[in-house]
Amino acid sequence: MAGSDTKRSQPLWLLAELTYRCPLQCPYCSNPVEIAKYNNELGTEDWLRVLQQARKMGATQLGFSGGEPLVRRDLEELIGEARRLGYYTNLITSGVGMDRDRVKAFKEAGLDHIQISFQASNEELNNFLGGTKSFRHKQEMARVVKEFEYPMVLNIVLHRKNVDQIRDILDMTVELNADYVELASTQYYGWSRVNIDQLLPTREQLARAEVVAKEYQEKMKEKMKIIYVIPDYFENRPKACMNGWGAIFLTIAPDGSALPCHAAAQLPGLEFPNVKDHSIDHIWNDSDAFNKYRGFDWMQEPCRSCPEKEKDFGGCRCQAYMLTGDATNADPVCDKSPHHGKLHADVDRIGGLSGTKEFESKPLVFRNMRNSKELSGETAAAA
Amino acid sequence: MNDIPEIAPTFRFQWEEAQDCYVILYPEGMVKLSGSAGEIMKRVNGSHNTDEIIADLKSAFPGVELDNDVRNFLDNARDNGWIRYKT
Ligand code: SF4
Ligand code: SF4
Repeated sequence: MAGSDTKRSQPLWLLAELTYRCPLQCPYCSNPVEIAKYNNELGTEDWLRVLQQARKMGATQLGFSGGEPLVRRDLEELIGEARRLGYYTNLITSGVGMDRDRVKAFKEAGLDHIQISFQASNEELNNFLGGTKSFRHKQEMARVVKEFEYPMVLNIVLHRKNVDQIRDILDMTVELNADYVELASTQYYGWSRVNIDQLLPTREQLARAEVVAKEYQEKMKEKMKIIYVIPDYFENRPKACMNGWGAIFLTIAPDGSALPCHAAAQLPGLEFPNVKDHSIDHIWNDSDAFNKYRGFDWMQEPCRSCPEKEKDFGGCRCQAYMLTGDATNADPVCDKSPHHGKLHADVDRIGGLSGTKEFESKPLVFRNMRNSKELSGETAAAA
Repeated sequence: MNDIPEIAPTFRFQWEEAQDCYVILYPEGMVKLSGSAGEIMKRVNGSHNTDEIIADLKSAFPGVELDNDVRNFLDNARDNGWIRYKT
């Protein structure tokens, strides 16, 4: 089988995307544009089986995400089983659909950690970006999370519309007593790819933001861990995406399809196995999809003979596919890729236009089922 | 020192069969502990102070000089936020 010469890996990280339903509509959402097609959600029994099988194979970290996982009424039951099995359970939520009773019930069921996302540090922009009045409620929930002694991660996805407010954002996280802050730069797949012209920050914005992030990292180092990553479009080496394909990450989408990374559904020519038909053991070890880009045998030049391939695994397969049309190419973030120049030219084109009136007034495409149907219809017609 | 260490509520300590070692778990992360670190952490349960933990380790591993190692480890564990002291 393709390139499984590396030592037998274990799915240490299980990401359970319970649903793509979500009361928010963030235009940078990393869910697939085709969310409207996922109306066949796994039932409770299926999820319980997945949790048991993955744990047996060594999975330790479990993330309940979505969409908005709070939409699922069986969440408490799933958390309870996860605790019984010995997972460290992370709830990744917008906070919408949460209340004090539920936070308490989660604690009793054995939830370990809650991550709440904010869209911005002020009510107006937060509610605009999320397409929902949610700002005050999120703040209230962050306080409740701390009251119940959970470790709390606050996650803010940064892009051109909010990155200039990084200082206010950090002040807010300090005020809310976050243990960890993730200033996550938008990754351009899913909805953010659709909205890239409106979301990609400029080089100047990033340079300013980095200074502030460093200042707070230093100032808060005893109390709060701040993780700040610049968007990889601005780098010269790709990130070690997922720590390698099929190396430690296992994502289960709401319909039960198993993916080596949550953006992989877009890759052509791969049939992702479904947990309704196969065991996690089979999916992880024997399925074509999980073996396809494992190891190094699948690589082309320049990666194939590159001394750095064990460090970054050639970057992100999805990005290689999206930007070059071939998933076995080097991630064009890498300056050894023949497509790198085009990527940076695109970044500069967007940077040059940003700030101009007609460019900025172009409306964002919000992530909702109506837009999903429209966009996936278009893609189907174009294909 | 008579203070009693306990695992901080924002961390979890447990045996991981698949890794064959004790681990510390926290949001989206895991630290694998060495054999001796695991033996110390196992005894951090909110009811024994540092001296008692050392005494217990000495009876489990007779003849090993471990006072300083244990104290250093516990200092590090506190700096990492894994444990806190009840006073
Ligand atoms: S990014 Fe926004 S729209 Fe997407 S799942 Fe999270 S809260 Fe919902
Ligand atoms: S050529 Fe490929 S393996 Fe080498 S640094 Fe670039 S992306 Fe990584």
